[in-house]
Amino acid sequence: MSIVIIKPGILDTIQDLGRNGQGSFGINPGGAMDRLAARLANVLTGNHLNEAVIEIHYPGPQILFEQDALITITGADFTAGLNDEPLPLWKPVLIRKNTVLQFPVLKKGARAYLAVHGGFCVEHWLNSYSTNLKAGIGGWKGRRLEKGDELFFRESNCRIADLFKSENNFQLLPWSVNPYSFYKDLHEVLFIPGHEWNELTSKSKHDLSSSTYTIHPSSDRMGYQLRGNLLHLEQKKEMVSCAVSFGTIQLLPNGQLVILMADHQTSGGYPRIGHIISPHLPKLAQLNPGDSLQFRPIDIITAESFLLSQHNELQILYRACEDRLKKLYADCRP
Amino acid sequence: MNEYTIFAIGDSAITIDFGNYISESLNKKVMAMQSWLHQNSFEGLVDIIIAYSSLSIIYDPAVLASKNNISKPVFEFVKQKLTDAYHLSSVQERDRIVKRIPVCYDESFGPDLGFISSEKQIKMDEIVYLHTSITYRVYMIGFQPGFPYMASVNERIAIPRKDKPRQLVAAGSVGLAGIQTGVYPLDSPGGWQIIGRTPFKLFDKTKPNLLIMKPGDQVQFYPVTMKEFSRLSNRRS
Repeated sequence: MSIVIIKPGILDTIQDLGRNGQGSFGINPGGAMDRLAARLANVLTGNHLNEAVIEIHYPGPQILFEQDALITITGADFTAGLNDEPLPLWKPVLIRKNTVLQFPVLKKGARAYLAVHGGFCVEHWLNSYSTNLKAGIGGWKGRRLEKGDELFFRESNCRIADLFKSENNFQLLPWSVNPYSFYKDLHEVLFIPGHEWNELTSKSKHDLSSSTYTIHPSSDRMGYQLRGNLLHLEQKKEMVSCAVSFGTIQLLPNGQLVILMADHQTSGGYPRIGHIISPHLPKLAQLNPGDSLQFRPIDIITAESFLLSQHNELQILYRACEDRLKKLYADCRP
Repeated sequence: MNEYTIFAIGDSAITIDFGNYISESLNKKVMAMQSWLHQNSFEGLVDIIIAYSSLSIIYDPAVLASKNNISKPVFEFVKQKLTDAYHLSSVQERDRIVKRIPVCYDESFGPDLGFISSEKQIKMDEIVYLHTSITYRVYMIGFQPGFPYMASVNERIAIPRKDKPRQLVAAGSVGLAGIQTGVYPLDSPGGWQIIGRTPFKLFDKTKPNLLIMKPGDQVQFYPVTMKEFSRLSNRRS
């Protein structure tokens, strides 16, 4: 019941929806950059929403399956293939043992997610499977996946082998999710103006909502460094440290912007220009260095109703997936 | 009554802020509000994060919105909780044991001692004396697991952060930033002026009670020699 990393990717880590409730200890939530894709990978596979998944960056890994498995790949399109046969994204797939999953070409996006039915047996630390690379804890030995790592997954009460209807290496299950509405207008994100927004010069306010910014190559899971028109406050401001969140847009002393991402520090002392709304963080997580980005303001009340309507939409999807899986299990019960 | 502002820091997080001050009384108020909120918790509360003079709540709007007795927007509900916490919490004076932390102020551990000495026209011995003669308050933990923000250092050694952060500051390094002093629990990049190193582990992932310093703690540093540093390191590991 395991997979083996034959060849590691540039940054493959175990993630879930984050390590919450530890902010006052300086321990950040971490977790999947694209929480929507991570959730949907689990839902399509019949796992709990917060089950551990592998977050894959490009170039991706080569993974040997030592056991039949039910998997789903979501998020970025790295042209996933099983023994050179292409696999669809956002669709559960039964795969046979002794096959190799790989991600040869970057087509679109920045982070792919792999969920395995049953979930991975990995380290649970402070209520989360997420890998905290800085502290070296959680997930798989607190580090990125390396060659030879063998990750076990939990036994399922459903015999995967019985579900195959042919001799093929893999078999698609007859349902999928269309995620495109969630990633519509990929390069445009909405933000709630931050506490220091009103201290920006009027030119700076105008620049932020009308010009284009580019993601700098130094960007990573901690934060996206942006390049574009420099912004300025009316008056320089010294601030004491205060809590920040996933999506906070900070103004650095040199006038450049940084968007805090999943591995952000728990506190920061730079002016808060705005906060990207959480339904748009998945879009951001799928942008690569060099990609452009445009910002549009939205107020907190509208942002909240947007979040709630997306949540309801997802609930309907989850239930539909659950129903399909229940039927499938009924078919394979002895 | 203190002046405060309450504002969103995202669609799932909110802050009450008492201004840009490092003040013991504000920090005590913030801690009192945190314990009030723990006692008067609500479903959908994800985290409470305290800082120098602010408190933030991370919440799950979907969980809150599913409750029949909470009207939308739920932002207003959480905002009201913060207002309640402000008015209904009371500061409890507690006796705190002073935690004594050994620091080796050898120049090999404190690469910025020379700079501070020439910048502030002060002998290195005196920097050590001034740094160890005050009992500091831990105001908050932030930046990285277990990093204590402490204040206030003697004005004579108060020095701004480095213009360019170091790529690597060793775990245990003790630094200065303005009137703040802190200790790096992990190897990491950092911009504070480094004056020494403690052999104590501030963050040990193998220990269940994670942190040896918490907000509200009193901390005093004491100087140790290189030899004592090694002895203490071996004992702790």
